[in-house]
Amino acid sequence: MNEKKLMKGNEALCYAAVEAGCEFYAGYPITPQNEVPENMSKLMPKAGKIFVQAEAELSAINMLFGASAAGARCMTSSSSPGISLKQEGVSYIAAAELPCVIVNMARGGPGLGNIRGSQADYFQSVKGGGHGDYRLIVLAPSTLQELYDFTMDAFDYADYYRNPVLILGDGILGQMVEPVELKKYSPILGLPSKKGWILDGCKGREQHVIKTLLLSPPDLLVKHNIRLQQKYSRIKKELSICKEYKTNDAEIIIAAYGITARVCREAVDIARENGIKAGLIQPITLWPFPEEVFRKYSDKNFLVVEMSEGQFIEDVKLATDCKGNYSFLGHGGGWYPDTDKVLKKIKELLK
Amino acid sequence: MTKSLKEAKMHYCPGCGHTIVHRIISEVLDEMNVRERTIASAPVGCSVLLYNYFNIDVIECAHGRVPSVMSAIKRIYPDRLVFAYQGDGDLAAIGTNETIHTANRGENITVIFINNAVYGMTGGQMAPTTIMGQKTTTTPAGRGQNQEGPPLKMCELLATLDAPMYIERAAVNNAENIKKTKEAIRKAFRCQMEGKGYSFVEVLATCPTNWHKNMKDSLRFIQEMQEYFPLKVFKDKI
Ligand SMILES: Cc1ncc(C[n+]2csc(CCOP(=O)(O)OP(=O)(O)O)c2C)c(N)n1
Ligand code: SF4
Repeated sequence: MNEKKLMKGNEALCYAAVEAGCEFYAGYPITPQNEVPENMSKLMPKAGKIFVQAEAELSAINMLFGASAAGARCMTSSSSPGISLKQEGVSYIAAAELPCVIVNMARGGPGLGNIRGSQADYFQSVKGGGHGDYRLIVLAPSTLQELYDFTMDAFDYADYYRNPVLILGDGILGQMVEPVELKKYSPILGLPSKKGWILDGCKGREQHVIKTLLLSPPDLLVKHNIRLQQKYSRIKKELSICKEYKTNDAEIIIAAYGITARVCREAVDIARENGIKAGLIQPITLWPFPEEVFRKYSDKNFLVVEMSEGQFIEDVKLATDCKGNYSFLGHGGGWYPDTDKVLKKIKELLK
Repeated sequence: MTKSLKEAKMHYCPGCGHTIVHRIISEVLDEMNVRERTIASAPVGCSVLLYNYFNIDVIECAHGRVPSVMSAIKRIYPDRLVFAYQGDGDLAAIGTNETIHTANRGENITVIFINNAVYGMTGGQMAPTTIMGQKTTTTPAGRGQNQEGPPLKMCELLATLDAPMYIERAAVNNAENIKKTKEAIRKAFRCQMEGKGYSFVEVLATCPTNWHKNMKDSLRFIQEMQEYFPLKVFKDKI
């Protein structure tokens, strides 16, 4: 039996990263994720690994660009405004197909906003916050155990697909405390023992170049984009993960992810106790979006709950070809749902 | 040709300072026999394609972010020779923050800073190192007429920090200075390979195209630049 420990989300994340063999972490303080750099500054040197407090998020993400190019498993973390600053680097990393893990413990926005949890960075996360046609694999944990487990998985996905992986949490998940089983890392995907493309000095081989400027011939960049899209299609096929809860006979299906899904799951149980057939679809990967699961319920009544003014709902509508009936419960700026709010909304809808 | 330099024809304009500095670096790499242990940056700027010329591992970085990228690579491989190659826009405008903090952390890397007093690649706009009165496409009346402030002196600025081990400003406008530049780069690389810490070599280099000068006047302009950027060793703690 693995050890169970009572810990904060931000702390659980660090334990998982170190367990998964993270060799390099760079970050910059921002609430509500300060415990990440703080814990990493203790855990990483103890494990013989590298911790750097960067002078800004720009620098931290570019350190990942270098660390990943050198073949190291690497991670950075931040919260919304800091994640915005990283976007140029994320675009370069995606373009160069460098694996890395990026964590956003999102907070209220826009602007400096506040330090409460929020899901208003959904568009930025899944539609591409930086320039160009690229995709991140986006994982949305709803419990600290999921946060721990998905963090370990994230390193494998990143290496396997040579793509940045974003863990999209929020301030609540980062700050809450619950017991976490400290599972041992074992790879979930077949990974090569050594990456063949890294920069480590061209001893006995041709030079390696990592670059994203593809000027000539003129169709070089077009071809690169097509190749990237082929990779994204493959990821879509292989990696869309979703949890369904009591959806089979549901007359109303709640769609929610992350911390919101956790509240909604409870709301489903209470609704059922009250004779209302509610169910829940909880995407685990926000990109690739689990379209096929949603499509099965195309013509249903959907209640989309999210801590934003309505971003995730657009993907729910797209995945169901706009054929369902959609209602929305949500706000940005640090608003959060509780079971009462969700139940009240369900009852209103079924009136 | 040296081992570290390929046979490829360079895309630089005739008389461009980058060409000379490439040549010098490759000679030093060969002489130190470190080609196969070297990782360099290609910066955003005229030298973005330097991997077409150098036969070494290269990472092309976002504009200004070179020192952060190279810091991480060096931390992963402490025994490799890791050098940043950057222009003045890259190093002293958009990347000033990274430059100062990397130097201040005392990262054991070498930064080679090509100061040609303009933005070459984008067509000759004002650089942070454009000298007073110098006309560029964004200082048509000459620097200083529109609150641009005086040029940033990076060696002097970095020399105020405690961590850097070696800082020198050189130039490639005549045979003697070219020899000195080579010595400075050799010293900087040695400083790094001996594990001593951060080294920085600024090189005053020509950009005849955007200075709108012939070769003779370009070399003369490097003399003018020296009024703001004196050639000297600013720090030697090796
Ligand atoms: C974020 C970003 N801003 C602006 C540019 C456009 N840009 C390309 S090169 C350059 C200036 C390069 O000048 P310098 O660093 O002095 O190098 P040189 O070309 O003179 O060698 C600029 C502004 C860019 N590529 N990326
Ligand atoms: S524009 Fe200037 S810096 Fe660029 S290649 Fe030509 S001479 Fe060199």
